[in-house]
Amino acid sequence: MFDDTSPIFQQLADSLADEVLRGLYAEGDQVPSINELAAFHRINPATANRAVALLVDQGVLIKRRGVGMFVADGALTLIRTARRAAFEERFLTPLLAEARTLGIDPDSLVALIRKEATS
Amino acid sequence: MTAAIEVHGLTKRYGSVIALDGVTLSIERDSITGLLGRNGAGKTVLMSLITAHETPTSGTVRVLGEDPRENERVLGQTCFVRDNQRYPDEFRVPHLLDTGARFYPSWDADLAARVVDTFELPTDRDVRKLSRGQLSAVGILVGLASRAPLTFFDEPYLGLDATARMLFYDLLLRDYIAHPRTIVVSTHLIDEIEDLLSRVIVLDHGRVREDAGVDELRGRALRLSGRMDAIERVTANHAVLHRTSLGVLGTAVVTATTDLADEAAAAGLTTEPASLHELVAAYGLHTKEVSS
Repeated sequence: MFDDTSPIFQQLADSLADEVLRGLYAEGDQVPSINELAAFHRINPATANRAVALLVDQGVLIKRRGVGMFVADGALTLIRTARRAAFEERFLTPLLAEARTLGIDPDSLVALIRKEATS
Repeated sequence: MTAAIEVHGLTKRYGSVIALDGVTLSIERDSITGLLGRNGAGKTVLMSLITAHETPTSGTVRVLGEDPRENERVLGQTCFVRDNQRYPDEFRVPHLLDTGARFYPSWDADLAARVVDTFELPTDRDVRKLSRGQLSAVGILVGLASRAPLTFFDEPYLGLDATARMLFYDLLLRDYIAHPRTIVVSTHLIDEIEDLLSRVIVLDHGRVREDAGVDELRGRALRLSGRMDAIERVTANHAVLHRTSLGVLGTAVVTATTDLADEAAAAGLTTEPASLHELVAAYGLHTKEVSS
């Protein structure tokens, strides 16, 4: 599931955040432990630890000592805000670049999007 | 961060051949370190010196803070699985299980039985008559079941098929998670094992070429692709590790600098991080070009 485009811990953090965003883990739910994540994804536990630490830093996960790791209250809003901020660069920039290569002008592109969205 | 292994100015000569040339490095306790590099780069020699199977020409080795040579305390905590390990005549897997249990204080018989089962090792045949893959499985059995605080695997996968290698990585990782210890693995199958590693040491002609965390190393080089003339222009003042071309198009693996990605993008080139495998392979090619 991992590729070479960014560090593994970053990709794991993204995929965990994605699972929260898609409702697989609700706020307050327990998420797998670092060791469970490492064994499942076949990665070094230190890498899994970095991913989890990043999400704890961002306020997406909270650690309850001796109990485990949980999705923090407000995590969904946090993730959504971050994803929206990255939306332009991740999706619009490549879309526009491809459209330009194919000679699709912005107006036609908007029309295409509208058609696709209502179909 | 405590070092399990510290090596300073380590050199090993065999006659006029310098197998290891002034190697200085340290390996963190309870980490999994990958030892990479071409054949003859010095991987096996380095492990042999650390485990006191050989004596250095010069330089020092400290394992758990002590000189490992004729040091029972250190060597009792060390397990070195060689790729060409020999066994006594008529030695069978059950003998190996008995010997392992007697020799290694932390030997785990249940894990040993599980490894025998996983790799379907025959218990009624002489170990020396086993296939290459089965011999590797025997090495994996000893390396894992010993639970030695310092475990060295020298290309542990020879003769194993893809499924068996996957089984090995899973056993290794799961047992490491349950019982963290210092593990060093030499390998050419970088893609298969890199996610398991915390650190990577790349040897090249007996010297340390890289000694870094896996993530750090992954960002070490970029692969640029696009028009060859643009690649030439952008890389003129950069360290190019490897390049290929196809007509007007080409790729170049280039040591990453702060400006490289921006310069490449401005020149209309596509940039991607080079994989660890690509980086290590490029190092091998690079030194060959330089020396020829």
